[in-house]
Amino acid sequence: MKHLLKAAAAGLVGVVAMAGAAIADPVKIGFVYLTNPGDHGWTYAHEVGRLDVEKHFGSKVETTYVENVPEGPDSTRVIRELARQGNKMIFTTSFGYMDPTLKVAKEFPDVKFVHLTGYKRSGNMSTGNIRFYEGRYVQGVVAGMMTKSNKVGYLASFPIPEVIQGINAFALGMRSVNPDATVSVIWVNSWYDPVKESDAAKVHIAEGADILAQHTDSPAMLQTAEKAGVYGFGQSSDMKAFAPKAQLFSSVNNWSPYYIAQIEAMLDGSWTTGEGPDHWPGNTWLGLSDDYLVLTPFENMPANVAAAAKAAADKVSGGYNIFSGPFKDNAGNVILSDGESYHDGNLWNDMNYYVEGVIGKIPG
Amino acid sequence: MLEQLLLTVLMTSVPLIFAATGELVAERSGVLNLGVEGMMLMGAVAAFATAFGTGNLWLAIIVGGLAGALTGGVFALFALGFATNQVATGLALTIFGTGLSGLVGAPLVGHAIDGLPQITIPVLSNLPFVGALLFSLDPMAYLAVALLAGVAWFLKRTRGGLVLRAVGDNHDSAHALGYSVLRVRLLAVLFGGMMAGLGGAYLPLMLTPHWAEGMTAGRGWIALALVVFASWLPWRVLVGALIFGGITIMQLAGQARGWTVPSQFLSMLPYLATIAVLVVISRNREFSLANFPSCLGRVFHAGK
Repeated sequence: MKHLLKAAAAGLVGVVAMAGAAIADPVKIGFVYLTNPGDHGWTYAHEVGRLDVEKHFGSKVETTYVENVPEGPDSTRVIRELARQGNKMIFTTSFGYMDPTLKVAKEFPDVKFVHLTGYKRSGNMSTGNIRFYEGRYVQGVVAGMMTKSNKVGYLASFPIPEVIQGINAFALGMRSVNPDATVSVIWVNSWYDPVKESDAAKVHIAEGADILAQHTDSPAMLQTAEKAGVYGFGQSSDMKAFAPKAQLFSSVNNWSPYYIAQIEAMLDGSWTTGEGPDHWPGNTWLGLSDDYLVLTPFENMPANVAAAAKAAADKVSGGYNIFSGPFKDNAGNVILSDGESYHDGNLWNDMNYYVEGVIGKIPG
Repeated sequence: MLEQLLLTVLMTSVPLIFAATGELVAERSGVLNLGVEGMMLMGAVAAFATAFGTGNLWLAIIVGGLAGALTGGVFALFALGFATNQVATGLALTIFGTGLSGLVGAPLVGHAIDGLPQITIPVLSNLPFVGALLFSLDPMAYLAVALLAGVAWFLKRTRGGLVLRAVGDNHDSAHALGYSVLRVRLLAVLFGGMMAGLGGAYLPLMLTPHWAEGMTAGRGWIALALVVFASWLPWRVLVGALIFGGITIMQLAGQARGWTVPSQFLSMLPYLATIAVLVVISRNREFSLANFPSCLGRVFHAGK
């Protein structure tokens, strides 16, 4: 009898909850994650953003996420399923979801799709991004001043525009303070393969690198650096816990303000796919100046290096265009002369080279 | 510099040596267990949880091995106890192990531990070159080679090894001679599971001292290929693992030096090499199949 009562009470609560839902009717928001929030890198940063969305909007929205979604055709099914479940806005959080998102966006014209870090869009699909490369420029300045061997190792994931921008911004920052330093790049061909990332970091160290940077998502590189007694930079999230002695600083992606602004615009009906600044086909591309990219405290470095890092960060926040001439590519061709500079469209369409100071060639 | 590179090669090979040696024993007894990846992941997550919870790395190694053996026990329950299809059961075990380790490991994500210490063997470690390379490794690297040597000796020199091979070569005859086919196979599968668990444990205890879902990234499958590559002979597992590790590291080093070969191609190299070697050794049937356990993958029904 007691159980029966309990069941009845539970049923009643359910009915009340449903009635409540009918009144308030939270707007459903979906997120597609590349790995799991526990990567403590890229996806973790998105999860922080999602939780901030829930905090900000409270019962007005209901968020769900799907984790470990492989890039490519598999993701199409996941995105479509989220659209079918009645999500009004879907954030697809990796470059490789671009074409799948585009495909599903055409099938669900009433749903708003926000794809991150790509360049294709349609009437109901926009592109959002953070100027990650600004943080990498500051990393380059620190690396250039810190390196004793003048060899810096860089782990890269896939040769897409964002990653190339990062490598080049890093090298420009490094060369601005140390014209003798070089950076060599190992392509891991994965965003997240801790063992391979650690192998690649060990190889860099064996080849003489004493500063490591990464455009992959796990803390494996920093752990390896910590053990080998060299330094490195964390990616996407603060990775200090993994390498208290090795982390110089992390560039932390702060998606919260972007997510909140996009959802607010959708709720009040003002959402558009937007035209980005300077031929960049997205609606938002902000960085250090707007706290979309946040640098953790400069640590494990001498005071003069920390001061230079801060000065570089301030310069970039103040509107300095990192991709201003004069600079050459690593084959010696002049890309920009003194006084010339890139607009945002160039960064996506024309940057198919490494700048001076980077060893090797872009694969593919 | 070369020393450090070779050291990295050795460390990359260790999990493969463990897992492939274990699978080799299971296969020599006639059981094809495709669940190596799943057993490795269970070993990895259990070892990391123990290391994180207790701070005792030695205990973590043991628990990692036990978790692998236990997962192997699940396979044995179905494939031996209920005589299910070994291929299907093994594949299911990989999927099961991947999922369960992810579930169990979820709260462990984002934590780090101190990895295993090096063991420096006095005098010998002071030798130039080989000293750093062979005599100041971590304890699990030594353990891997010791267990491999033990397996080689057991299979070739002991009565138990003879029985195990007999069961793998012809389970009906072995049964007729009065040996318990299922018991031998159970022990072989449990041993294989333990070795896979140890191989998995090496990843979060030594290579990258944190837990990440699916962190084996296909190494279990490479271990399976290595057993064929080794044509079921233990010492060739060591050679194969080192070749594989060597190519993996070489392609990374090639990139660091700016070799202008597409990195996708370089990433493919270890797998291409495995296939190439398989093709080469398969051409000589005597060489490749001399030690092939004839009953591999076949279900045993007593009394038939």
